[in-house]
Amino acid sequence: MNRQTAPTSPRGIARLFRWGRGAEAPAAKRVQFDRPVTPWLFVLPQIAVVVIFFYWPSAQAVQSSFYIEDPFGFGATFVGFDNYRDTLKATEYRTIAGFTAFFAGIVTALSLSLGLLLAVKADKVIRSASAYKTLLISVYAIAPPVAALIGMMLFDLHIGPFTHFAALFGYDLRVGIDYWDTAFAMILIAVWKQIPYNFIFFLSGLQSVPVSVREAALIDARSGWRRFWDVTLPLLAPTTFFLLIINVTYALFDTFGIIDVIVKDKPANNPMTLVYKVYLDGFKGNDIGGSSAQSVILMVLVAVLTVAQFRYLERRVHYG
Amino acid sequence: MFKTASFATLTIALTATTALAQTEISWWHGMGGRNGEVINEISQKFNEAQSACHLTPISKGTYEEALATGIAAFRSGEQPNILQVFDAGAATIINAKGATIAAEDLILNAGKPFNREDFIPGVRNFYADSTGKFIGMPFNSSAPIMYFNTEAFKAIGVEPPKTWEDFEAVAPKLKEAGYIPLTASQLTWMMVENFKSRNNQQFATNNNGYDSIQDTQLIVNDPNQVMMFDKLKDWADKGWYGFYGASWADNQKPFEEGKVALWIGSSGSFGGLQKTATQPFSAVFMPYWQSIEGAGTQSFIGGASLFAMAGKPEEQNTCTAEFFSFLTSPEIQVYWHENTGYVPITTAAYDLAKAQGWYNEHPVAEIGIQQLMLPGGEWSKGYRMGFYPQIRSVMEREFNRIFSGEVTPQQAFDTIESEGNELLVRFSKTGG
Repeated sequence: MNRQTAPTSPRGIARLFRWGRGAEAPAAKRVQFDRPVTPWLFVLPQIAVVVIFFYWPSAQAVQSSFYIEDPFGFGATFVGFDNYRDTLKATEYRTIAGFTAFFAGIVTALSLSLGLLLAVKADKVIRSASAYKTLLISVYAIAPPVAALIGMMLFDLHIGPFTHFAALFGYDLRVGIDYWDTAFAMILIAVWKQIPYNFIFFLSGLQSVPVSVREAALIDARSGWRRFWDVTLPLLAPTTFFLLIINVTYALFDTFGIIDVIVKDKPANNPMTLVYKVYLDGFKGNDIGGSSAQSVILMVLVAVLTVAQFRYLERRVHYG
Repeated sequence: MFKTASFATLTIALTATTALAQTEISWWHGMGGRNGEVINEISQKFNEAQSACHLTPISKGTYEEALATGIAAFRSGEQPNILQVFDAGAATIINAKGATIAAEDLILNAGKPFNREDFIPGVRNFYADSTGKFIGMPFNSSAPIMYFNTEAFKAIGVEPPKTWEDFEAVAPKLKEAGYIPLTASQLTWMMVENFKSRNNQQFATNNNGYDSIQDTQLIVNDPNQVMMFDKLKDWADKGWYGFYGASWADNQKPFEEGKVALWIGSSGSFGGLQKTATQPFSAVFMPYWQSIEGAGTQSFIGGASLFAMAGKPEEQNTCTAEFFSFLTSPEIQVYWHENTGYVPITTAAYDLAKAQGWYNEHPVAEIGIQQLMLPGGEWSKGYRMGFYPQIRSVMEREFNRIFSGEVTPQQAFDTIESEGNELLVRFSKTGG
């Protein structure tokens, strides 16, 4: 590398990186662009999408969070950090934040462990393996609101089989009225919906563990549990880490459809997540300032969570 | 060949001219099912009745979704000509001065006749300003009424209750006969808002919120309101009242199945109930308390009204006015009333329905309008509070807590009053 150019294009940046690594890259055949503008043109749509659908609305949310605004846009009062203060001091908001953390934790833990269990078992099945796998995976094709509808039929107060089943044991299951009964239904449906996703990834992860490694492990340890714990699981670490992030995101955001169907438009005293609260205050309550403040808080929380996951957890992940 | 081509051109030109001559107006609403179909039918009738205007109704989902979409559209200058807004959202749109044209002004500007006295008393004030000027055009109006299972009352041989005291007398007999004596949908509308109207109780300061949005405060933890819920809780404990959460349908279902003797629902539930109820039923007025001085007044209307959105060209506004007049004509009102169960909003329409003998065949259909025509009291005109949908959510949450025994009614209403007042303070800042 005897010619240093200013990084004016992605190609230039790539060259700079290579230079930064200090090693002469192998002279592979690469597609070269003659004009420095062309590559930028190709990435432009992607940048435009991110700017229009993420940065711009985010900036708007931050701005709105400092105002109390007439929904129709006729007036607005600058209130400084009042929206944040009102949000954070509300007992209701803290309860919902607590439930969200609990919900995300338990949904992630259960759907990961059950997905892994099923994958390990399915990996060992020889006869009619594909039928078994297809049955497990097919649940993934069900949309979250539909999953919730099915769940709510089973938990219906008047005709639900689960309600009747609980009654056999003398338990009065009141989903929609009792806070923890509803939480139970919510977790069950959210986990059920997510297991197949984890199952697919764990299964393909397991199938990529080399036979030679398995055979070597077989000589070292007779106990299956020991082999799983010492050999298989560490080899699954990249998959698990990826799924952890995906599952936390799922529990925090993608469960919206499930929650909306379960609380039937009127949350009353039922549990909900922070995202649902943002929707409720913004779209049903027309409180744009308050709901913007909540979404900014949520954005900060997710950013912190992501950084933490990558900094502290990814160090322990060994990529093969 | 040339002839055919020119003929085609002529046809196209003619079609274009008719299309141009018609003024297009749009109507966004929040109704589905049969009610949504009737809206389409009415719009079609309007389009057929005249040729200057063409109305397109579009369903935007639920009431809340219709309001949220309408707001978003208004902010981007894409608002419809007519937006349907429900009772609890009235303050939001009426307070946004400049978002709407007062229905009364719109109609008078278009040179059409308009007389407040044509409307039945119960609907005159709810969507009007403090001087009584119509801001929203009352449209689908309903009243909370008490449906009863005819068989249940035949079995115990008594009349359905008129007051809550009567209810306490018959409830043990109904329970003994194997029924759940009472359920009610949407306690916020039934047991707070219309507890206030039926018993002539003040709901908020500043003349129930009509006079100003500044410093309006909720009045809900007063002894009478708390007493209503102490009673409900007591009835629930005795097995006289079944509470099935905040969902409308969950509380209606056991009545349809014939397990419940009395259900408080909407006069607008009548159409659906005729198809779903498994037992004969009828209805009476929503009860009030004999023990409260001056009780027995009319109820607030529920449902929604139509708002003419601002920022539209003059000729479109004329069409909107044209449609509002068309909508209040007795024939259309009766058509709407008979097909949906919502009440007719003008006296002329009510008289027409009577003359046609509709109530001889369907006595239940008359209960709602009769209740709205009861003598009014000082506090039965309506209420006007901002962020009211959120105040309702707070109530729903606390009501669940009352019936699961987490809080007492007094504690619940203390919370509702303080959280509600915080919301009202926040709303008073939206004006800028």
